Amino acid sequence: MIEFEDVGHSYGERVVLSEVNLRLSERRVAFVGANGSGKSTLARMINGLVLPSTGRVLVDGLDPSRKGREVRRRVGFVFTNPDSQIVMPTAGEDVAFSLRRSGLSAGERAARAAEILTEHGLGGYADHPAHQLSGGQKQLLALCGMLVLDPDVLVCDEPTTLLDLRNKRQFCTLLAGLRQRVVLVTHDLDLLGDFDRVIVLDGGRVVADDEPEPALRHYRKLVG
Amino acid sequence: MSEPRSPLPAVDLARTVVFAAFIAVLGIFPGIYVGGSSVPIVIQNAGPLLAGSILGARRGAASVVLFLGLVAIGLPLLSGGRGGIASFSVPSSGFLIGWVLSALVAGLIVSRARRVGLPVLLLANAAGLVADYLIGIPFLGVYIGDLPAAALQSLIFVPGDAVKVVAASLIAAVVHRALPDLSARPATRTG
Amino acid sequence: MLGGWYEPGSSPLHRTPAGWKLLALLGLAAVVFVLRSPGWLGGICAAVVLGYALARISPRSCLRVARTLGVLVAFMFALQWWLLGLDAAVLVCLRIVAALTAANLFTITTRVDDVVSAVERGLRPLRRFGVRPDRLGLLVGLTLQSVTVLSKIAAEVREAAKARGAQRSVIAFAVPFLIRTLRHADELGEALAARGEGDR
Ligand SMILES: Nc1ncnc2c1ncn2[C@@H]1O[C@H](COP(=O)(O)OP(=O)(O)OP(=O)(O)O)[C@@H](O)[C@H]1O
Ligand SMILES: [Mg+2]
Repeated sequence: MIEFEDVGHSYGERVVLSEVNLRLSERRVAFVGANGSGKSTLARMINGLVLPSTGRVLVDGLDPSRKGREVRRRVGFVFTNPDSQIVMPTAGEDVAFSLRRSGLSAGERAARAAEILTEHGLGGYADHPAHQLSGGQKQLLALCGMLVLDPDVLVCDEPTTLLDLRNKRQFCTLLAGLRQRVVLVTHDLDLLGDFDRVIVLDGGRVVADDEPEPALRHYRKLVG
Repeated sequence: MSEPRSPLPAVDLARTVVFAAFIAVLGIFPGIYVGGSSVPIVIQNAGPLLAGSILGARRGAASVVLFLGLVAIGLPLLSGGRGGIASFSVPSSGFLIGWVLSALVAGLIVSRARRVGLPVLLLANAAGLVADYLIGIPFLGVYIGDLPAAALQSLIFVPGDAVKVVAASLIAAVVHRALPDLSARPATRTG
Repeated sequence: MLGGWYEPGSSPLHRTPAGWKLLALLGLAAVVFVLRSPGWLGGICAAVVLGYALARISPRSCLRVARTLGVLVAFMFALQWWLLGLDAAVLVCLRIVAALTAANLFTITTRVDDVVSAVERGLRPLRRFGVRPDRLGLLVGLTLQSVTVLSKIAAEVREAAKARGAQRSVIAFAVPFLIRTLRHADELGEALAARGEGDR
């Protein structure tokens, strides 16, 4: 359960979120809205990358501003640009980086990383320089870096924006098959047909919160 | 005057690491043309000045230390693909070690300015350069066994280095103008 | 490219632990700086060159070391001879030869990974002062990955500058490069934070 209680946020003078009240218990939730409407800010609050200026956020009852570490252990985050999420030179090392505090030995970490990579179609790439992977493979690698920690929730901020159509489809199919609850921020409304809940943001406020079809209808009307 | 820490320690780490990589890339990339010169010049030694005047003293110096550490353990990150601990055993090595002080001094001066404009940056980077010489010349002096001669020999670097101070200041001024958050927003405050 | 200059081999020099080699190198550097006798310095140079033979360093690497050395020594010799006289010039050049060839021998016969582990082990006593030597390997990996990302960005920025006919302007290259570098840093920071970096 992810709860936003009267959440507001401002950068300096500028108010970017206000009066957000949400209780998200569905398995697949999406945030949509215009550029600058506050989607990324709201999504980052779920794992404590941004702390709300007012109100509070709770993830399974834990407040990210106090229990950042515990929350981040439950919440994985996939960003838009794979180049800045891959932090180590090879695919295997990158996934193993996630496990550095797991108490496993270096050998066990490498083995576990290879396992996850194989599971998601990157078998054989463990020793491959990460920057030589294709865009789709890089985003897959970023996802593996999160999945290896087995989080309960996966927040994805426009994870497919830089991918071509085929890789986008592939990534979404993969996302759909995961055990994790997913919160997806996207401008790609086609991806949301089978979502449980779609939240429309506008000017930092929630303006629609419904099943995909009515919510997206509202969003399209809003844009005009 | 202390540098406010960003709310995320990881952002601090990332800036340090990425700037160390930035200094490396300045050296890997073939030189660029300055002014009307027809030979490309390598601007890697403007890197520490930029680190100090953009990241601030603490993070700027940390990124230079990290960069030099990687050179020392054998990565060929110095311009021209040089690297290894040998880089610290030649007569000019003091100037390399002095980069740390350069970043520190430039960062300290920038952090003391109320408004970060070109004059402040010129002052900061010139002081950074002097700081580099303060390490480089005595090192050379010990190496050749004659301090005055070391100071004299170092004069040949002054014109080139002066150009780099001006270039680094112009670049940093534009970057500070493009990213006002650098000196305003606490999260990315340069110190 | 970033693999460094290491040359695999099985000579005694390759097999000596990196930490001992590093200590020996530091000792040698200290001695070279203190010694003022050309005879002794010459002897050390000869010993180091013998080390290259012992480690069976490839002619290619030897040539590269010799080239760097040649240019530097020629320049320093001329300059010091002119300023300080022949004796001082010989002394300085012997120092350069000894220090530089020994250091390069170390770099050529020691894997970067092994240097990292040796330094990590060597710094362990500093743990009680808050130094975290176990993070060294991490820092190396993070920086190398950033070098590849920034190289890509630098190439793109240069293309863009060319497209606008500004390939000769430092500002047109350095400013966008720096701004994208800083943006990359912030994104990397977020990604690291999301992966638990900085959480105790
Ligand atoms: N670090 C920051 N400092 C200042 N303002 C910011 C910062 N990050 C975001 N903003 C501002 O906050 C507002 C909301 O940004 P946010 O990134 O949440 O929007 P978004 O809905 O994700 O937009 P997009 O669809 O373009 O990704 C924007 O007006 C943006 O300019
Ligand atoms: Mg966004």
